[in-house]
Amino acid sequence: MQHWPEVTLHVVSGKGGTGKTTLAAALAIALAKGGYRALLMEVEGRQGIAQLFDTAPLPYEERKIAVAPGGGEVWALAVDTEDALLDYLEMFYKLRRAGSALSKMGAVDFATTIAPGLRDVLLTGKACEVVKRKEKNQDNAYDFVILDAPPTGRITRFLNVNGEVSGLAKVGPIKSHADSVMNVIASDQTAIHLVTLLEEMPVQETLDGIAELKAAELPVGGIFVNMTRPPQLDAPRRAMALAGDLPASEIESELAAAGLKPTAELIQALLTEANDHAERVDLEVTELERLTQSGLPLFVLPLLPSGIDLGALYELAAILNASGIGEGN
Amino acid sequence: MTLNIDAILTNPDKHIIVCTGSGGVGKTTTAAALGLRAAELGRNVCVLTIDPARRLAQAMGLTELDNTPRPVPGISNGALSAMMLDMKRTFDEVVESHSDPERAQKILSNPFYEALSSSFAGTQEYMAMEKLGQLRADESEWDLIIVDTPPSRNALDFLDAPARLGSFLDGRLIRIITAPARGAGRGIGRIAAMGFGIFTNVLSKLLGAQVLADVGNFVADIDTTFGGFRERADATYALLKDSGTEFIVVAAPERDALREASYFVERLNQDGMPLGGLILNRVQEVPETGLTQDQVLAAAQKLTAEGTGDLTASLLELHAQRMEIKERQKHLALRFTAAHPTVPVQPVPAMSQDVHDLAGLREIGAALANQELKW
Repeated sequence: MQHWPEVTLHVVSGKGGTGKTTLAAALAIALAKGGYRALLMEVEGRQGIAQLFDTAPLPYEERKIAVAPGGGEVWALAVDTEDALLDYLEMFYKLRRAGSALSKMGAVDFATTIAPGLRDVLLTGKACEVVKRKEKNQDNAYDFVILDAPPTGRITRFLNVNGEVSGLAKVGPIKSHADSVMNVIASDQTAIHLVTLLEEMPVQETLDGIAELKAAELPVGGIFVNMTRPPQLDAPRRAMALAGDLPASEIESELAAAGLKPTAELIQALLTEANDHAERVDLEVTELERLTQSGLPLFVLPLLPSGIDLGALYELAAILNASGIGEGN
Repeated sequence: MTLNIDAILTNPDKHIIVCTGSGGVGKTTTAAALGLRAAELGRNVCVLTIDPARRLAQAMGLTELDNTPRPVPGISNGALSAMMLDMKRTFDEVVESHSDPERAQKILSNPFYEALSSSFAGTQEYMAMEKLGQLRADESEWDLIIVDTPPSRNALDFLDAPARLGSFLDGRLIRIITAPARGAGRGIGRIAAMGFGIFTNVLSKLLGAQVLADVGNFVADIDTTFGGFRERADATYALLKDSGTEFIVVAAPERDALREASYFVERLNQDGMPLGGLILNRVQEVPETGLTQDQVLAAAQKLTAEGTGDLTASLLELHAQRMEIKERQKHLALRFTAAHPTVPVQPVPAMSQDVHDLAGLREIGAALANQELKW
């Protein structure tokens, strides 16, 4: 199944604490599988990618940071607003040197402070530049660009750069730059994904975010449901666990069969945990149902008990591959 | 070291508690639970929340965002009020209370002011501080204010953004750029004048002349009425350094959240700010059974292989998973404690459900104060 056959720019957003950067990295690996080149970009100056891949802080320069199964490559870039502005000044005005002097005066900071939209158009502009970049042989420099974007609460404003710069210059280079950025972001070349947990607040924020993106006519991709607890008990047993009806005597004899001493404490511990688990799973089922109603493709990823390290990224990437992401889509 | 939260909540010399930490760790819920507990321990409390989840807001009886503390019904002792910060409204009120109606109107309708008051990076933090200052000024009203901090990735933003915004508004560059509007700028050196030329040239290319003109008008208008943004920010900052304040850092037992918590703790130490301790939310609770994870897993495998008990096999697997999660969390927490041995830590068990009502908040409050909960 091809989820997004035309898409080269994957934008990943999500509420804080949902694992947005982790998911973006796993998605980059999943997409690179089978010999593709993926670029993972971050724009918030947090060096989250370097921390995740356990490397030194990334400079404003594309670097290969990982390989994917089947000869794929994952590259990374931490975009810095100041450098992106200098790039821009050079590209449109040949003003790099004046730009460097200004940046020493704190002027870049000043400009992006009085006009936050300027910052966003520079950052999204960089992503679009990479998306459109060609090699000498006219192949795309990257098959996929994965943008670890600002959180759900700010994503529509961040991507909707036309609206953002409308208060700024009505004509001229910034305006036409914003237009060319919008041509990429609002097209079927782009998919905006949202990462969430199966809890009330992140789910609500995700649904609100989808509504906002749709209202702004931006292309929503999929919902990535992160850190779910795969049910250890089926629905009838969960119902019994909630009602306190799991058969203690059966558990007692089974524990003995397993070679464990069936103490009252152990049985009570297992029953308590079963009840807790059933409550949690039921909550997740309810929240998942709300997400399903959005009609968007859902990708469910488990909570990895061992935590997130480089190996875990490949584990998550393999799950994404198994749900139909990768191998050229 | 365990955190004795009740000792802080009942200390009559403590008048402000700031809950801080990175996004998604349960800060707002913690602030609300602390507020409820403090009230029921007999204090007169106001909780200032920034962006509560709908259900949490309902749990506290907040139905509208009207920027004013509202009493929370159903409190069994003391008094609790809660409010949601409306940053634009707070900013508007600052403008209105410091200028005559005509000038206020001029400022409020300036396009730059609109951008500044609704979307500027740092405005939310600045206004949270401003509101805290206002609430605190009315000493007779509340004897404890609990503040939730804005949802930023970087917890330090709460401390830094107001001063950054303040010095930006009072700063050199904004003065240079607005010099024509204010008839100032004479006497700046030749080199500075040259720099100024390039500077305004590049900025008007980037932003358009109208934006610069709006900024100029805005600065001219606010200057004569209530200058000293930086001073206001500094005054609230001083309030935070006062011994009547206590910072509570909130984290979850995850790498990123604990790293943010570490930065914050270091910063508080460096600035000599009062740190109460760390609250570690969403901790995996595992009942003690005297068995190791390996023993539990081996037993589960035996049952599965022999087909002699698939219910118990599932339960044992669940137990083993939880032991593994707890072990990893413990490891992360120990690393934090090793780096900050003097910071008291209070673990709070993960709740299997979201909080919907005061009873849920009370339960969290009890967990926050439970001295028996240890690693």
